[in-house]
Amino acid sequence: MKKVIMGNHALSWGAQLGRAQVIAAYPITPQTQVVELLSEMCASKTLDAKFIKVESEHSAMAACIAASIAGARTFTATSAQGLALMHELLHWASGGRNPVVMGNINRAMAPGWSIWTDQNDSLSQRDTGWIQFYCSSNQEVMDTVVQAFRVSEELMIPSMVILDAFALSHTYEVVDIPDQDKVDGYLPPFKPPVRLTPSDPHAFGGLTSPEHYFELRYKLQKDMEKVPDLVEETGREYEKLFGRYLGQVEDYRCDDAEIIFVTSGTAGYTARVGVDQLRQDGIKAGNLRIKMFRPFPFAKVREILPRAAKVAVVDRNISYGHHGVFYQEVKSALYGRDHDRPPVFGYITGLGGRDIMPETFKEMARMTLAKDKPEEDITWMGVKR
Amino acid sequence: MKKEKTMKLSLPTDELMSSGHLACQGCAATLAMRYVLKALGQKTALCIPACCWSVIDGPFPYSSLDVPIFHCAFETAASSASGLKAGLEMVGDTETTVVAWAGDGGTFDIGIQALSGAAERNDDIIYICYDNEAYMNTGIQRSSATPLGAWTTTTPVKHFKNRPKKDIDAIMAAHRIPYQATANTSYPEDLYKKAKKAKDIKGTRFLHIYAPCPTGWKSRPEDSIKLGRMVVQNCIFPLYEVEDGEKYTLNIKPREKKPINDYFRLQGRFRHLKDEDLKLIQEEVDRNWERLLKKVEIGGQQP
Repeated sequence: MKKVIMGNHALSWGAQLGRAQVIAAYPITPQTQVVELLSEMCASKTLDAKFIKVESEHSAMAACIAASIAGARTFTATSAQGLALMHELLHWASGGRNPVVMGNINRAMAPGWSIWTDQNDSLSQRDTGWIQFYCSSNQEVMDTVVQAFRVSEELMIPSMVILDAFALSHTYEVVDIPDQDKVDGYLPPFKPPVRLTPSDPHAFGGLTSPEHYFELRYKLQKDMEKVPDLVEETGREYEKLFGRYLGQVEDYRCDDAEIIFVTSGTAGYTARVGVDQLRQDGIKAGNLRIKMFRPFPFAKVREILPRAAKVAVVDRNISYGHHGVFYQEVKSALYGRDHDRPPVFGYITGLGGRDIMPETFKEMARMTLAKDKPEEDITWMGVKR
Repeated sequence: MKKEKTMKLSLPTDELMSSGHLACQGCAATLAMRYVLKALGQKTALCIPACCWSVIDGPFPYSSLDVPIFHCAFETAASSASGLKAGLEMVGDTETTVVAWAGDGGTFDIGIQALSGAAERNDDIIYICYDNEAYMNTGIQRSSATPLGAWTTTTPVKHFKNRPKKDIDAIMAAHRIPYQATANTSYPEDLYKKAKKAKDIKGTRFLHIYAPCPTGWKSRPEDSIKLGRMVVQNCIFPLYEVEDGEKYTLNIKPREKKPINDYFRLQGRFRHLKDEDLKLIQEEVDRNWERLLKKVEIGGQQP
C-alpha cells in the first residue's frame, strides 16, 4: 500500500508494523505527530500495545526499559531537550541490554530556543551504547524502524532511528507500506534470552563489583562490533522481501569520483542533487551518506573514501573545542593508512535549521578542489561573521 | 496432665527474604521488606531505585529475596514499575503484583515527579516508601523527609533542619488514588494487613512505612521497635489509611497522647535540641494531629 505520509508518521507506521507492545512517550515539538498517530493506532486497536502517557521523557525511557526487561517490544520517540533529559537512561538501556527502539527528531539544542534541525542532540548521545541510524527519506525511516527491532533484539542493544526536524519530520513523501504478514515473516516476536518473571526470580542491574563490571562492558562492545554485519545481512534480506536495501552507508556515484562528500540525514539527499549538478559542470563528485553512525561503519568508509583524491565532510553539528563530529570520525577511521588516505576537509553548516542547498555543495567542492590540503580544521559555510 | 498452651501466630511463617542480606543492625527497612513480602507473596516483582535496599539485597550475582528485582535509576521507581507492569501484561502475565520500593529520598525528592505521574494515571502498581528520614545510603544527608530539628551531615548542629518534614501523604491524597496508608514495622500485623489490602485493590496504591535507622539516627539498634511504638503513641507518625484521597481511617488512636520528649531523647540526631526547640516541635506535632483528626471527622471513621 502506497501512502503519502510525513516523516513522523513513518516512525509510527514502523512501530505498528514492528508490533511494538509497550509505548511510553512524552510530546515535544517536532515529534508530536509520532505519538499522536500511535495513540490513534492503539485506540483503534490496529496496534495491540499499551501506551503509557508519561509525564516526562525520563519516565518514558524508564518505562520502556522496564517493559523490555519484562520481555515486551518497546518503542518511544523524542527530540532534542527530551533526548537530553533521557541521557542517564540511554546508558541504562544499553548497559542493561534492553533493545528499546526510539525515534529521535534531530532538533537544535537550546538556548536560544530552536525547533529546527541540527544533529547536536543525538550526537551528544554518541557514547551511550546505542545503535544510531540517520535517515534521509520517509521510506527509509519506516523501513529502518522495522530493521532496528530485528537488529536490536538479536544483539540486545537499543537503537535510535533519527530524522531531521521539519526537513523530514514534517515533509510528506510517498511511502510504500508493506503487508503486515510479510513484515511478520521478517521480524519474529521478541524472545529475550532472559526476562524478569516471578517464576524464575533474578535481580537485574544490581550492585556490580570491579570483579564483574569490566566484562559486562567488554561484552557490550563485542556485540556492538557485530552490528555492521548484521545490518548488512538483515538489510539484504529486507531487500529480497521488499525491494529496498537497508545498509550502513549509501554510496552515490563514488566509483570514479575525484571528490567525495561525506554526509548524513537529509543533507545526504540534497548532496545527491549537488553531485549531479557538479557532474554536469564536469566535476566528478560523489556522495557517501553515512546512515549508521554507531557503530561507525569503518570498513565501508575505508573502502570507499580512498577512491577519491579529496574528501569533504559536511557536519550539521559541532563538538565545541574540537571539530565537526563526522569529520573527527572520518579522520579517525582513515588514520594510519599512509598510502591511500585522501586529505579530509571539514565543513560545518546548517546549524539550527539553516538550509543546506545544492549550491552549498557546489561551493564546498570549489573550495576543496582549490587547495592541496585543508588549511583549517573547520570551514564555516554560510555563517554571518 | 497440664494443658499445653499454643501460641497463635499473627503472621505467616513463609519467608521470601533470606539471611545474609547487608543491612545494618536494627534496620527497620529490612523488617518492612520481610513483612510486606509475606503479605504480597511470591508473585511479586520489585523495582528498587538507588536506596539502602539496592545494597541490602546483596551484590551481583546474589540476592537475598526470592522475588525478581529490577534495580532501576534513582528517580524512576514509579515509571519503571509502570513500564514493568505494562510489559508483564503484554507478555501474558496479568497476576504479578508490581511494586516500586523506594526510600524517602527516591520518593519525597528525586522520584516525586515520576510518582506523581504514575499516581495521576492510576497505574496498577503498589508504591512503597520506607522512610528513614534522610539519605542514609549515601551517609546521612538531609532529604525533604528529614524532620524539623534533625542533625544530618548536611544539616550540621549549628544549622539543623529548620523546615518541617514534607507531608507526602497529603500530596498522595491530592492525587485521589484508590488506597494509601501509613505503616510501621513496630505494628507488624497492621502493616501486613495494609499490604494485603493494597494487593487486592487495582490502581495506584501507596504505603508509607516509617523505618527507624540506628546508623543515621544515632539511636541504639535495640530501640528501633521501641521508637516505632513511641512515634505512634506521641502522634508524630500516626497510622491511618486514605481511600480515594478523601475517606480517612485512623487505625490507632492513643488513649493518652504522649509528649514527644522521650522519643527525641533516644536519638543522637536530636541531642542538640533545647527545651524551647522541643516545645516548638511539640506544637507542630499537635497541629498536625489536630488536622488529621479533622480529616478523619470529615470523611472517615474513628477506630
